[in-house]
Amino acid sequence: MTEKLTMAAALNRALRDAMRADDTVVMFGEDVGPLGGVFRITDGLTAEFGDQRCFDTPLAESGILGMAIGMAMNGMRPVVEMQFDAFAYPAFEQVVSHAAKMRNRTRGKLTVPIVIRIPYAGGIGGVEHHCDSSEAYYAHTPGLHVVAPSDPADAYGLLRHAIASDDPVVFLEPKKLYFARAEADLTAPVPPIGTAVIRRPGTDATLIAYGPAVPVALEAAEAAAQEGRSLQVVDVRSIVPFDDDTVCDAVRSTGRAVVVAEAAGFGSVSAEVVARVTERCFHWLHAPIRRVTGFDIPYPPPKLEHFHLPSVDRVLDAVDDLQWEDA
Amino acid sequence: MTRDAALLLPSTEPVTLIDPDGHPVPVGQDMPDPQALLHAYAALIAARRLNDQAGALVRQGRLAVYPSSHGQEACQVACVQVLDDGDWLFPTYRDTAAIVARGVDPVQALTLLRGDWHNGYDPAATRVAPQATPLATHLLHAVGVAHAARLRGEPTVVMATCGDGATSEGDFHEALNFAAVFRTPVVFFVQNNHYAISVPLDRQTAAPSLAHKGVGYGIPGERVDGNDVAALLSVLGAAVDRARSGDGPQLIEAHTYRVQAHTNADDPGRYRSADEVTPWLAKDPIMRLETFLRGRGLLDDDTIAAYVEQASLVAERMRTGLAGEPETDYRDLFAHVYAEPTPQLLDQQALVADEVSRD
Repeated sequence: MTEKLTMAAALNRALRDAMRADDTVVMFGEDVGPLGGVFRITDGLTAEFGDQRCFDTPLAESGILGMAIGMAMNGMRPVVEMQFDAFAYPAFEQVVSHAAKMRNRTRGKLTVPIVIRIPYAGGIGGVEHHCDSSEAYYAHTPGLHVVAPSDPADAYGLLRHAIASDDPVVFLEPKKLYFARAEADLTAPVPPIGTAVIRRPGTDATLIAYGPAVPVALEAAEAAAQEGRSLQVVDVRSIVPFDDDTVCDAVRSTGRAVVVAEAAGFGSVSAEVVARVTERCFHWLHAPIRRVTGFDIPYPPPKLEHFHLPSVDRVLDAVDDLQWEDA
Repeated sequence: MTRDAALLLPSTEPVTLIDPDGHPVPVGQDMPDPQALLHAYAALIAARRLNDQAGALVRQGRLAVYPSSHGQEACQVACVQVLDDGDWLFPTYRDTAAIVARGVDPVQALTLLRGDWHNGYDPAATRVAPQATPLATHLLHAVGVAHAARLRGEPTVVMATCGDGATSEGDFHEALNFAAVFRTPVVFFVQNNHYAISVPLDRQTAAPSLAHKGVGYGIPGERVDGNDVAALLSVLGAAVDRARSGDGPQLIEAHTYRVQAHTNADDPGRYRSADEVTPWLAKDPIMRLETFLRGRGLLDDDTIAAYVEQASLVAERMRTGLAGEPETDYRDLFAHVYAEPTPQLLDQQALVADEVSRD
């Protein structure tokens, strides 16, 4: 049964359904109680489940993460909200030294099945410290899963997978996609964490994107089609574990690729994708893989962010650079 | 819980029940019963022996490093003796003696310092969290464990230890604050041994005492003589009882001293004088309890000999269990990163397997 809903509503539904299905799932963070979160993702949860299942904490991100880890060590499945990407940094040590390593340190005797929800990335006119693309920090840490949905149906399904996972999951929610409506069938299963999907078939070149860059890639593919060029779009979805098979099969099928990501390019997930695909697909490639990423600058002020964000035109220009004259 | 600041403040001096010469101190608090003191005495002998044996194993190259609790053994044994089976202990790297006093096999407890894995015992089965080497981060985990237990209506109390240096960390503050706001049954037990490696207490804090920090969170603080196991049993026992009965978290600061180096790799001559250390040797926790118990007719040479014999069994277990090279398996490196290894980890494990097969 499909319905038209926003990603915010889909995420709220996922939390509600997970909490109904499993008493050990608890939700906490800053302003997630009666207010329902600054983006209203937890709207109504305290009313339905009570303030022992969905509750506000003191304003301290390391405290939130650390308490979640302890609760997970003792039989719970906490979901925590970091209010904004850049406000999650006080919790960094708890994420990388404890959530990520507890299973390993104890050879599986203790596990940390927590979900760290982070509204992330830009494109919403946010002031400084509200728009970081912080995925590389987490993706670089063994022991964490890192996922980013790009539409409501996937947001629902991925969040259900994340809550069910026995490993810590960094769940990156693209803020600029929160309130875009799309048709979705929330009862339909979505592929598990660790799986990329082809969002649009194409034969000339492959666009590889995740999170907020996926709609940009799809729009670019639509525009290219008007000009007679067939672009395939791969949605990575799961940054860690990375689905080498799906991504590399896609690139081999076209022989050309552009990676699109909002984060700064240097030392980034997009760089990792290029390296992995090149290592595996070199003999299928007709041109070096190009990247369209954010610049290597602190996230810009609202009136300047349009210069920074990957745009359809920038993606199409990169596609034009894929050495077609040699074909 | 009270918000009356006066009721949250610690006593003006650390609580002492037996003075360094072994004499009872007339205060309002009850002396623990003889059985509890004898149990503590036996545990002190075992803890001292464990510290000595571990130091010897470092010198023999069997352990990479050992942060000794020599001189702090009263804290080590008391914080465990006041717990029930269902309670949790959240120890630091200097609390190996407490972990063993809790019943963990000493060889498993020393896995971290031997280096064959990070944590060698089963934290879920023993209710002893992995030893924390980062400072104060584990205090928040203690709050989480206690909060989960409380949500389920279980009577669990969590004993979370740290040192004086750790009270400067942000996570110490966040842990006490969260515990107080959620009223979680955690006893924060600060072993103030006056040094964070080389940095003395007066560079950590300008507070009247570390126990005074509790008032800022709405947590009662108390100070106790950290070399007086009777006072520790009394103060920590009362704190555990209050936490278990729903009074929320408690902060206990034990005044003790790190008479040895931070670890074998440290050189305390660079930052403190022998003159500073010597007075503390006279405050040793074992001698004062022994004098007290002998004076009461509760302890004789035969009993002491029996306790020493028990302790020697622990040392023997350490020597034999830590003799020779530990067995390691490279597959452990990849098996416990995630619930299921990723395809990439399986590839990396295959690479090592290939290298091993060619050796």
